[in-house]
Amino acid sequence: MAERAEERGVIPAQLAARRSWRLPPIVQRLLTMPLRDPFAFVGIVIYLLFLLVAVFADRLATTDPTEILFLSTGKVAANMPPGAEYPLGTTNLGRDIYAQLVHGTESALAVGLSAALIVALVGTVVGLVAGYFGGWIDALLMRIADMALSLPFLPFVIVLIGFLGPDTSNVVLAVVLLLWPNSARVIRSQVLSLRERSYVEAARVTGASQARILFVHIAPNILPLSFVYAAIAIGWAIITEASVSFLGFGDPDNVSWGMMLQDAFASQALSRGQYAWFVPPGVCIILVVVAGFFISRGYEEVFMPRLRR
Amino acid sequence: MSALVELRDVVKHFPVSRSLGEIVRGRHPAVRALDGVSLEIGASDAVAVVGESGCGKTTLGRLMLKLTEPSAGAITFDGTALGGLSGASLRAFRRQAQLVFQNPFDALNPRFTIYRAVAEPLLNAGIPRAEHADRVAQAFRRVHLPDLERYLDRYPHQLSGGQLQRVVLARALVLAPRFLVADEPVSMLDVSVRAGILALLREVRDDMGLTAVYISHDLALVRYLCERTVVMYLGTMVEDGPTAEIVRNPRHPYTRALVAAVPVPDADQARAPLPIAGNVPDAREPPSGCRFRDRCPHAFARCAEEAPALRETADGHRVACHLDN
Repeated sequence: MAERAEERGVIPAQLAARRSWRLPPIVQRLLTMPLRDPFAFVGIVIYLLFLLVAVFADRLATTDPTEILFLSTGKVAANMPPGAEYPLGTTNLGRDIYAQLVHGTESALAVGLSAALIVALVGTVVGLVAGYFGGWIDALLMRIADMALSLPFLPFVIVLIGFLGPDTSNVVLAVVLLLWPNSARVIRSQVLSLRERSYVEAARVTGASQARILFVHIAPNILPLSFVYAAIAIGWAIITEASVSFLGFGDPDNVSWGMMLQDAFASQALSRGQYAWFVPPGVCIILVVVAGFFISRGYEEVFMPRLRR
Repeated sequence: MSALVELRDVVKHFPVSRSLGEIVRGRHPAVRALDGVSLEIGASDAVAVVGESGCGKTTLGRLMLKLTEPSAGAITFDGTALGGLSGASLRAFRRQAQLVFQNPFDALNPRFTIYRAVAEPLLNAGIPRAEHADRVAQAFRRVHLPDLERYLDRYPHQLSGGQLQRVVLARALVLAPRFLVADEPVSMLDVSVRAGILALLREVRDDMGLTAVYISHDLALVRYLCERTVVMYLGTMVEDGPTAEIVRNPRHPYTRALVAAVPVPDADQARAPLPIAGNVPDAREPPSGCRFRDRCPHAFARCAEEAPALRETADGHRVACHLDN
């Protein structure tokens, strides 16, 4: 009898003790991924650098990027070459290029990260619902996705901004409207295959609710895909914002790299040889977009190793 | 004897995509997985469902667990029609009827620890968390995985097939169900661990007084587990009776072939060639009349015209064959 009591009492107690909190393996893998993939590591370092710049922008560049600067002589400090006072020189209207570059990081990251978050969220939910429930829900959602996919990218963004006004949040909205179908479609197809796995059926047999099957049994398995699409969306959103600003449809109150390029272009900076005006923002755009690509590539290889050659 | 599970003229057709010609002609092609199956399973009975691949035995199991809905016919569990279950009544049914899967490597969520997998049914059934550890421990002891500590925090890929199948069984038993369907429970396992799992299934059934359905293609296995056997062919029941009777005295030509196909331990023993040849016909276009007629050595004119009904021949033994009439 003593033995029985021990079996019944002690084991559950030990069990309870062992049920300590720990990171789920998916999170562990997400966190350790950069250490295993050098490309992803580089991408994350680039992001961290830009993130730091954005956070400390006001301290890194004390000049207001939109302020028109004057020389001690009272003349506008236009087209100054790079030097001690203005690290990257000034624009043809006497604005500090370095300050614009630093503050442009803020808007680039704000656009990129918010677009990525919303694209991943919308794409994941739509993909899960369409794939799991199937039938007319699936047909409806996927036809809407097809329509969104058939929109031409930049013209759509320009038209949307034409209607809603030149605001950074409208650029994010446009990017989300255009990018969610990609992630939704891929996630849907993954859900279609996961839905047929025995353990999903097992969850049904044991009485799990639809929501529990969808979000506890299926969703964690497609999360890596959401990350991949989020990382891709960062780059797309920043490029789109830059393109729109370059074409002159950007938010006039918002300093961004695209706006800098547009300014430089419109004032013929190249003919004056003001390379310090347009090369740095161009390089920054490339770096952020490439970093996003590297990170998505890293996640892809960690979570879908079969793709690796 | 009262029936716990009862199937009345159950039909299950899976529609297949239509070709343009079929749409024009207004045809609706379907795989006829089950065509009119009626079956009563008494409480605490162990029934084997045998037949070759594609005969509808897995569909039958899924229907009995309300994992799929019949195209026609009715299924009742303990007097309640499964078709009408939803919400709370469906959850109550889920607590009583469980499934053991064919492939234990796929039956457990790879992201769940063993403990979480086995506790999942308790969570879904709304059993207070305080009782979970105790009941999981109990289920583990029942399936002879007593050294809990070694398994609970592991993930499925860290266990062997035999261990996984025990975990799957523990999950099925943790709610103390009344009805258990085991779909080819050992076919994916190494031969060396099959005997252990079979012995366990038998022991669990005897101990818990479960009503059980074992789905298998292997008559030898069924003989060990079940008193009653149902033989299926291409979506229909061809023979139903006490296992011993069916093995000793098979009436239907198909059952005879199945019995003849059971391997014998003596490799030198001369074996008669199998009485049937060929493969199961396409379930979209089954033969007219008796579905077995194109492979049956005894087929005659009537077999093509009229489908044989399941008729009682001896005590509790039913056969669907014109020869027996």
